Amino acid sequence: MIPVLLILIPLVTGLVSFFLKQPGTAKNWAVLSSLVTLAVAMVGIFFLPANQLAYDASWLPDLGSRFTLMTDGMGKMLCLLTVVSFPVVFIATYKNEYSNAHNFYGLMLLSQAGLLGVFLAADALVFYFFWELALIPFYFLCSIWGGNKRIAVTFKFFIYTFIGSLLMLAGILYLYFHSADHSFAIKSFYHIKLAAKTENLIFWLFFVAFAIKMPIFPFHTWQPDAYEQSPTATTMVMSGIMVKMGIFAVVRWLIPVFPNASAHYANLVIILSVTGMLYASLIAIRQDDIKRLIAYSSIAHIGLMCAALFSLNKTGWEGVMIQMFNHGVNVIGLWIVADVIEQKLGTRKFSELGGLAQKAPVMAILLVVMALANIALPLTNAFIGEFLMFNGLFQYNMVFAAVAGISVILAAVYTLNMVQKVLYGNTVATTENATEMSGNVQLVLIVLTIGVIVLGVYPQPLIDLTKDTVNAILVK
Amino acid sequence: MNAIIVSALMGVVMMFSGILVKNRSAVTSIAVIGLLILLVSNILNTYGICSIQIDTKGLLSFEKFGMFFNSIAIAATLIYVLLSGKEIENAGTYVADYYALIFFVLCGVSILSSFNGLLMLFIGIEILTIPLYILTGSDKRNLKSNEAALKYFLMGSFSTGIMLMGITLIYGATGAFALGMGSLAPSTGLLMPSFLEVAGVILLFVSMCFKVSAAPFHFWTPDVYDGAPAVFTSFMATVVKAAGFMAFVRLFDNHTNILGPSWHILLGFVIVATLLIGNITAVFQQSVKRMLAYSSIAQAGFMLFALYSVNDLAKEGILLYAVAYSLATIGIFAVLIKMKDYTFDGFNGLAKTQPALALGATICLLSLSGIPLTAGFFAKYYMLASMVKADGSIWLVIVAVLFAAVSVYYYFRVIQAMYFKEGEAAVSPVSTAFRIGLLALAALIILVGIFPSLVLNWFYF
Repeated sequence: MIPVLLILIPLVTGLVSFFLKQPGTAKNWAVLSSLVTLAVAMVGIFFLPANQLAYDASWLPDLGSRFTLMTDGMGKMLCLLTVVSFPVVFIATYKNEYSNAHNFYGLMLLSQAGLLGVFLAADALVFYFFWELALIPFYFLCSIWGGNKRIAVTFKFFIYTFIGSLLMLAGILYLYFHSADHSFAIKSFYHIKLAAKTENLIFWLFFVAFAIKMPIFPFHTWQPDAYEQSPTATTMVMSGIMVKMGIFAVVRWLIPVFPNASAHYANLVIILSVTGMLYASLIAIRQDDIKRLIAYSSIAHIGLMCAALFSLNKTGWEGVMIQMFNHGVNVIGLWIVADVIEQKLGTRKFSELGGLAQKAPVMAILLVVMALANIALPLTNAFIGEFLMFNGLFQYNMVFAAVAGISVILAAVYTLNMVQKVLYGNTVATTENATEMSGNVQLVLIVLTIGVIVLGVYPQPLIDLTKDTVNAILVK
Repeated sequence: MNAIIVSALMGVVMMFSGILVKNRSAVTSIAVIGLLILLVSNILNTYGICSIQIDTKGLLSFEKFGMFFNSIAIAATLIYVLLSGKEIENAGTYVADYYALIFFVLCGVSILSSFNGLLMLFIGIEILTIPLYILTGSDKRNLKSNEAALKYFLMGSFSTGIMLMGITLIYGATGAFALGMGSLAPSTGLLMPSFLEVAGVILLFVSMCFKVSAAPFHFWTPDVYDGAPAVFTSFMATVVKAAGFMAFVRLFDNHTNILGPSWHILLGFVIVATLLIGNITAVFQQSVKRMLAYSSIAQAGFMLFALYSVNDLAKEGILLYAVAYSLATIGIFAVLIKMKDYTFDGFNGLAKTQPALALGATICLLSLSGIPLTAGFFAKYYMLASMVKADGSIWLVIVAVLFAAVSVYYYFRVIQAMYFKEGEAAVSPVSTAFRIGLLALAALIILVGIFPSLVLNWFYF
């Protein structure tokens, strides 16, 4: 029952939220709902036996689709990331004011339901449903509460991902008719044997959908604009959790279903990923906007995860698992700081910022920790993940690892450049009267910082949690 | 048989009620009661209770598939009258006559869902379309409405001529109006259809393409849909169009073998052309009404898949498509009729002034674009699934899927206007009953979108 509850709580509370006309009520309601979901997930993942974490019910008997949910290690970890992130996001942006706040929080909670559904689904049609359900709330969130260019940008994002989803639907249908027992269950999909030629074709139908979501070069063009224009609370969820849907889907739905095609195209995918890493890093260096910089840096990080996945070895995969969680934590931390600066000073441009460390020392310290985690400095959580991923990529092909490694240097360049221009130097007109950030944000950031350091020193729990997924799939 | 007789009778009743009843809303109430009687009698017929038996000498055959489709068409008409009754009353001078014509259209629909020979097909098509010519021109003082009616009539009679020619050729070749042509092979035992027969089948195909507005025979659609009073466009685009497809599928269900492999080439060309022209042209429209006309062409392209892949999934799919498409189109037109300005900009800011209308319209649009959790998703799903099941012409599926993504562009422009743009959308007065009706329709769309088996199980019961 736990997985059903995880989806139902945000779904129902989200729908209720549309009727809470008082802005304050809606806000508290959303925080409360996300905390309840967190508590349920904690109990489910850490205290209940594994058989409590699956659910199976009849849904569409004529079509061979059942409402099946399951949780393996990776699913648990990503659910954990989702349920932790939402209260963090809500609390960190507690002071932000939205017009029609009840609709905003309602849509946010609906998106949480969609995301959790994606991570739990064990039936291709259910998976597809949640994949779309997660998309629709983002469309409205970004289009209503976003920046000036929001409508065009969000539309691009929506159409991009929708094309991907539909191609995946065609692929799902093809697999369905080639499964032995005509069912959408993940187990049946794993047993499908296709001829090499068709396997290669259907592989692309799925991969394009996931590559757009991640996003991988050259499907990434929606991402920087969408991150920049969305309200920051939404951007946090998009970059912290939503892009993990792509990585997650590759692990669960792509590589085990198309093992031969994955090996066949691994080189091509890695080349695309590595190209994207360098390309995004170089663009990030030239950015003058905190949000766009984080967006491009996010593309580079995701590119590394995808490359490590397709190196198809245990080391790389362990790295990806750790990094999926840690990247979520770090990027949300960076967004929180970006949001604080924008809310307080009304600008996100480096050229209009400077000397913030003098005015807000606590924020400066926390931003520096998050920035160092973004560069994957040892003792921060990202180090272990990146190290393992590079190690995996190295085992696969030395040249790829070497080229990808350049991006680490570039990451240091753009991240430290940002830290320098925003925090140090002399204060300028905009930062003259800057003050320290408020208590709720400090609290959240301190929690995240502790997470960064603890997981940086002792990442074993994450490896243990996800080891069953890695082993099960790589054995195939 | 019940549906044919009762709908014809109700049509006559409505004509007389126009003389006896002067109150317009009373006429609507009579029509609603009439539709309910019609629906109940048809459902009873489906289950074999109280059915009227007349020996039709094999010209009509009543199967469950057809009768179930009748129920769908009648129920859709009922929803349409309940939502847009006020507008029908104000469309022109002779309210009762419009309802009478609608009942006659339903009579045509019932014949088309049960014809068992080309003769009855022809009669059904005529009974279906002649009332539509009148309804199109019902706004007598409006030049556009007159133009549309004349255009529709001329083009429609032309395509009827083509159909008659086709029927004649087939009759000449085989000596029968019967459907099962595969069995009519020459006495040599070879399954070689004669030249006349093939020509006849192709002419029939062309005229049917015209009726369901498939490219390249679609040119009448935008002008007629745009020119006709919006409330009747809604009826034409839903019930009538679905009925056309019903007839199309029935007709070519067992005819495909006659054209051999070229059948799939021919149909594939029509499908791609329809999807291309419908979707791409819809992108460039400024008027929502005209956009919906082109989108109905695009949706026809999807429905044609049922012809391409003749299997059980296609049959279920065309029923589900008829339900999903009719519900969503009736809903979106019901909102459109309330608008003062039919352009995209006319919808600006509707969500602020009329949240219920905007929500209802949004769910209808999501369904038309085939987003999961709405009925439209499963309609498209069944069509694609039947294609994949049929023979793996996966390229056609991919083309369709890409055009479905294009369709999102123009459907979502309306949503953008309603929710994200500032403006004062001018709306004629909206009653609470209308709001509730629209939201109930939206709820129904979502319900079918989660449990499509609700509709399909009824079919198998």
